[in-house]
Amino acid sequence: MIEKAFKGTIGYWLWLCFLSALALAGFISYLRQLDIGLGITGMGRDVSWGLYIANFTFFVGIAASSVVVVLPYYLHDYKKFGDIIILGEFLAVSSVVVTILFILVDLGVPSRVLNVLIYPSPSSLLFWDMVVLTGYLILNIVIGWWSFDAKVKEIEPPIWIKPLVYISIPWAISIHTVTAFIYSGLSAKPLWHTALLAPRFLASAFASGPSVLIVLCFIIRRWFGFNIERDVIKKIAIIVTYALSIHIFFMLAEIYTVLYSDLPSHKSHFEFLFLGVPGNRFLIPWTWGSTVGAIIAFVLFLISHKKNDSLVIFASIITVVSIWLEKGFCLIIGGFVPTPFEEYPKYVPTIFELFITLGIYAAGGLILTILYKTVVSFRQSK
Amino acid sequence: MNRRDFLKITGILAIGAASHQTAMILLSSEVKGDQAKKKRWAMAISFSACVKREGCRDCIDNCHLIHNVPEFTDNKDKIQWIWSSHYESVFGEQTNMFTKGMLKNLSILCLCNHCENPPCVKVCPTKATWKNKDGIIMIDYHRCIGCRYCMAACPYDARSFNWKDPKPFIKEINRDFPTRAKGVVEKCNFCEERITQGLLPACVEACPEKALTFGDLNDPESDISRLLKTRFSIQRKPHLGTDPKVFYLF
Repeated sequence: MIEKAFKGTIGYWLWLCFLSALALAGFISYLRQLDIGLGITGMGRDVSWGLYIANFTFFVGIAASSVVVVLPYYLHDYKKFGDIIILGEFLAVSSVVVTILFILVDLGVPSRVLNVLIYPSPSSLLFWDMVVLTGYLILNIVIGWWSFDAKVKEIEPPIWIKPLVYISIPWAISIHTVTAFIYSGLSAKPLWHTALLAPRFLASAFASGPSVLIVLCFIIRRWFGFNIERDVIKKIAIIVTYALSIHIFFMLAEIYTVLYSDLPSHKSHFEFLFLGVPGNRFLIPWTWGSTVGAIIAFVLFLISHKKNDSLVIFASIITVVSIWLEKGFCLIIGGFVPTPFEEYPKYVPTIFELFITLGIYAAGGLILTILYKTVVSFRQSK
Repeated sequence: MNRRDFLKITGILAIGAASHQTAMILLSSEVKGDQAKKKRWAMAISFSACVKREGCRDCIDNCHLIHNVPEFTDNKDKIQWIWSSHYESVFGEQTNMFTKGMLKNLSILCLCNHCENPPCVKVCPTKATWKNKDGIIMIDYHRCIGCRYCMAACPYDARSFNWKDPKPFIKEINRDFPTRAKGVVEKCNFCEERITQGLLPACVEACPEKALTFGDLNDPESDISRLLKTRFSIQRKPHLGTDPKVFYLF
């Protein structure tokens, strides 16, 4: 089946070459990081987690959101999602791989990563994150591959697939919940120390993940002529609209609680993010961009059902960028600033850090392209 | 379930319960025996004595020398086991318009608080950092994977990460103490290696004003117990429930 991914047009091969080149550039940068140490990045004693952990957080959300297509199909028997479900599952597979790579490149001593299994520590949320992410990866590979295989052979999927699917639904919720708990369980970081963090993560995941899926659907329609019904995309757009509204509501609830209660330790993070401090106004454009972007995307989605596809694509892209800025950057960096010593250090990713990050994106893109190409080729050969 | 199975299960349960009870008895006697001689190390730092010598760094230099702490030029790579900072930065929640003027130039010594309830230990995914029987928070530099979760969890910024290979930045290597490699976390160890030999911590020993007092909180007759019983002391961020074992005296 997978051999279908290795037959394609010149454009397809050029795309694969482009991704491979980026992944290679990332890998070479990573070798340099291995040699010198994490000091090669913009991280330091004050902002000790940066782009890697932030991207890890964002992609856990993308991975979890495949549940948005799985759940209606299996629990509510919404058959129209039959075609898109495999795209959702394969998006989850490549996203989980991306999250694992981001964790790996963030480790100071990656060769010791198995210590997490050799000395299991149930009191650590990172241990649990490793457990749920690995489980989720296996679940999605098994479910995705076997149900796709059954479709190709035009037989019923094996009987044990269904229970696995039912397990995968709460499991998807769990990966993003555990990821939020990594942060919200720390009393040392007032920005993260809120019970609303896990619900916020889920709401923003169910907005950004399906938005990625919408954009991907349009891309494969354009490139491969693989048509996903307009109805299906509309349904997903509705899910994104509601998720976005909940996301914005949670954000406002958080801002109200912090501003009205006026607790200095909590307020200082929000002031830094939205207003900055003299000498450090780095995050202001990103924070505002993310907040305003979410609201604009929400409005666009609301009016999009009467309009053409390009509006839906545009709104989806804004959603992804907005949530990336929030979860994939501001929230993690903002948690470290101000420091416990009330200092406001700057964090700017270095060129090596950017290349490693892009390299991981490219590796995820390669896996996604090959998996999607397999699906599309099979559909077209039918 | 047949009779055979039933007997089997009840048998297993009975053995389980019995062994659990013996274990509990054994454990409790051990705990009792331990408590009698169990140490609970703590430190008291006197503001008034420490402030006497302006610009004095004897404690910091001695600690960093003995423990092979590198000196990085770039602030973001900095590694520190003990350091000093302004009053308003250390006790931000205990400032007002008057302390801001009065204590403006008072520098406060900071080090790992060796919390009774340490957030860093809880979050470590490999048990590379743990609380010793005597309450000292230890790190295994050979097990640490460098995820820096403990750094994010510490409310006192007491932990440093080796962003680069530290060895070229160590002025003079002390052969009696290990150096660290790049990619692991380190911090003050309350001179565990010295107190097991009956010595005082390096910083305490180095202080020309005797501003630092180190001792066992479980011993009511120890210097530190007497000091804390008679003088008003504060801790860093006590509201977080970590129960720091570094006390500051006025």
